[in-house]
Amino acid sequence: MSPRIIQIAANTFREAVRDRVLYNLIAFALLLSGAAIFVGQISIDIERLVVVDLGLTAVSLFGVVIAIFIGIGLVSKEIEKRTLYTVLSRPVRRWEFIVGKFFGLAGTLVVNTFFMAIGVFGALFYVAHKFSKPDALILVALYFIVLEFLIICSLALLFSSFSSPLLSAVFAFSLFVIGSFAEDLRGFAGLAHGVTRWFATAAAYLVPNFSALNVISAAAHEQPLSSQLILHNTLYALFYTAMALSGAVLIFERRNLK
Amino acid sequence: MIPRKMNGRKRTTVIAAGCMAVSLVACVLLLRHIDEIRPKATIEDALYVNSPKMIKRASLGFDGLMACIYWTRTVQYFGHRHYDRAHTYNELAPLLEITTTLDPYMIPAYEFGASFLAPKPPGGAGEPARAIHLMEYGIAHNPDNWHLYYDLGFVYYTELKDYRKAAEVFERGSKVPDAHPFMKIMAAQMALHAGDFATSRMLWSATYESSHETNIRQNAIEHLRSLRVDEDVTSLQALVTQFGERTGRLPASISELAAAAHLRAVPVDPDGNPYQLSAKGQVLVQNPDDFPFITKGTPPGYIPAPPKFHTKSSD
Amino acid sequence: MAAIEILGLEKTYMVGFWRKRPKRALQPLHLTVEEGEIFGFLGPNGAGKTTTLKMLMGLVFPTSGTARILGHEWTDPEIKAQIGFLPEQPYFYDYLTAHELLDYYGQLSGVPAKDRKRRVEEVLQRVGLTDIQGVQLRKFSKGMLQRAGIAQAILHNPKLVFFDEPMSGLDPLGRREVRDLMEQLKQEGKTVFFSTHILSDAEALCDRVAIIYKGELRGVGAVEDLTSTVQGKVEVVWQGTQIPASMKALGAECHVTGDTVRAVLAENQQDAAIDALRREHIRLIAITPLRTSLEAYFVEKLQPSQAASAGKTVGTAV
Repeated sequence: MSPRIIQIAANTFREAVRDRVLYNLIAFALLLSGAAIFVGQISIDIERLVVVDLGLTAVSLFGVVIAIFIGIGLVSKEIEKRTLYTVLSRPVRRWEFIVGKFFGLAGTLVVNTFFMAIGVFGALFYVAHKFSKPDALILVALYFIVLEFLIICSLALLFSSFSSPLLSAVFAFSLFVIGSFAEDLRGFAGLAHGVTRWFATAAAYLVPNFSALNVISAAAHEQPLSSQLILHNTLYALFYTAMALSGAVLIFERRNLK
Repeated sequence: MIPRKMNGRKRTTVIAAGCMAVSLVACVLLLRHIDEIRPKATIEDALYVNSPKMIKRASLGFDGLMACIYWTRTVQYFGHRHYDRAHTYNELAPLLEITTTLDPYMIPAYEFGASFLAPKPPGGAGEPARAIHLMEYGIAHNPDNWHLYYDLGFVYYTELKDYRKAAEVFERGSKVPDAHPFMKIMAAQMALHAGDFATSRMLWSATYESSHETNIRQNAIEHLRSLRVDEDVTSLQALVTQFGERTGRLPASISELAAAAHLRAVPVDPDGNPYQLSAKGQVLVQNPDDFPFITKGTPPGYIPAPPKFHTKSSD
Repeated sequence: MAAIEILGLEKTYMVGFWRKRPKRALQPLHLTVEEGEIFGFLGPNGAGKTTTLKMLMGLVFPTSGTARILGHEWTDPEIKAQIGFLPEQPYFYDYLTAHELLDYYGQLSGVPAKDRKRRVEEVLQRVGLTDIQGVQLRKFSKGMLQRAGIAQAILHNPKLVFFDEPMSGLDPLGRREVRDLMEQLKQEGKTVFFSTHILSDAEALCDRVAIIYKGELRGVGAVEDLTSTVQGKVEVVWQGTQIPASMKALGAECHVTGDTVRAVLAENQQDAAIDALRREHIRLIAITPLRTSLEAYFVEKLQPSQAASAGKTVGTAV
């Protein structure tokens, strides 16, 4: 890999880390995990359930918010502020810029998730006083959450490569919501007829599929997950990310920087 | 692979476009596989919360959309179970109840409930009481829709054989403005000819013609096909009896029977296969599995297979 | 070998929100800049200078045409390691300090790690940015940003530098320093291509200039050659109300205001005028160049299409 990708990624990471908004969001997520302890105490016997459900939901939601709010500005803000001029007038290929930005943001989210996960496990330890074997499922759920972040990052980046931050945020958030109902969307498509069915199916397969990546309740209920699902979800997330990034590269490669 | 002479931008374009196409195909294939390995998980997730009121609250005012989602899930659930020839439809009632609580005006959900909630397994969920409850809920919210009365009367007629109740409901329905004229005929028919093939056929034909839902229409077609078999077997069996009374023996074959009864040709079932005659003089249908709802013409001890819609006789 | 060869670069933008219509930002431009010269790219605001520079940097794609930079295709990314670029009113990652910014840019330009720290200190010194350790760029003034911009352009010791309006945002002292820097770069054997709308800067610095107006090249050449046919004007002011006859003979337009006389005459008559005044023992107050010869040339070049939009004075546009 070209060293420039790593350098751009490192700088993107540095930018995110120096942003105060990030810390507010992480603090919020940790607060929510902590609050789970109290909610758990109110409803007897389901402390673990509440801590895992609420904690992982907080990690997922705040991560998505961070991914979208950092992701949407990655390219468009650099164009708007003209910081890109002095970068692209160096031996940096445009695709390297996109890929570097993606890795920077993905890295930021992995680190964030790590800290938020510590919060969840801390809360879990507080209520259970020990870790048991089914807690490994929480790690799987967290892994899927990170996969979800990768997809959202790449989508935010894709939108950022051709539209304004506000529009990108709207697009990315809508896709997040639609993607959470992806399976139902494919169901809808199955009920349609003729040309509509054709279009609906195409759209249903094109939106990101987050339903299979959400295993929070399974983890909370200690239901085992098949290794098949883990493998397929991983591959799916990687291919989807590659697809969105290729799209971003194709658009950005052609863009005139006003 | 990529010509070296190509300038950088073109090469990036080619590679990125290729990468995008490959990824897209991979994504679709993986999704299909993921859907295969977790169809059960989906419906379990969907019913993780199964209090309709709770779901209505949680949908934050988007209950119309949620109703559509649950309706899709219902149809999918039924389709999957049907495809798998499963014998039970335990989640059908809760799914329909959630759907109609979210949107009480979703007429297809009631039609669906009447058609598939009431019949005994394997044809349906075997919960006529819940079906009736669902229909009355629907009528309460949509008192001016005659279809709902029709569907409810239908449940009373076919599943509970409660002809008095059925007549009552058809009567109620016929008073709705713009009700189809056959509602009145139906009410009268219930009193006079309850249990007739003709009445049944009329009912199923009406179902077929008034519904837009594929599953329901297919179901009506299956019933109509089975009804014809039942009618044919009944009349052929009567001819066998006549033959016996006249000759003192059983006909050796169906063609002998046909010739003796002056039938124009050897009688065939709706699939075009001739009916058969057992050694004991019983009229049989060639492939009983193709007619899931027949009550006659099956060999002794025959266990009906779960119904599966036939594409060859659609529409 | 020419440092820059622009071969018919042309740009047409589509403007308008609903019904897009083409707007030509740059007519096909042919221009050659020799190695080791300071080349001025002159024109009023909106003439197409920045568009040309952006196309050369690969930020904007031309509608047609091509260019060669330092003997290579201009789209070759590797060539950019030998180019420095200062955009107009530069803006940088404001969460970084100048040191971090330059270190990052050094990495991107492929400056080896062992040289980077030294190079960064050197260029910061050179552009006069000192005592800025640990200060984020968001705290920088406009002038400081301009200096940081120049620093990043020369950081990787490029053979060719492009400056878009290098003097803007700088105080008179800063302008002086930047001029000196450009002279030094030339002495180091580098090629400097800079755009400006301030003619005095160009006249003082450039070996050659090109004049561009409304997207069209109106003239190109050495400053002396271009100005050989036109005359600048000077204003001579002296005390008293007396106008010597010899001054009138020089073709001066004289106006008396209070107890001073202001006379405007051709640049090359300046010495004769001073002699005339001295002979009469008149007290001279000031001699001010009103319009340099380059300005005169510039105005002349802009005239033909200015006729259409009469009423607009060139002086404000320049």
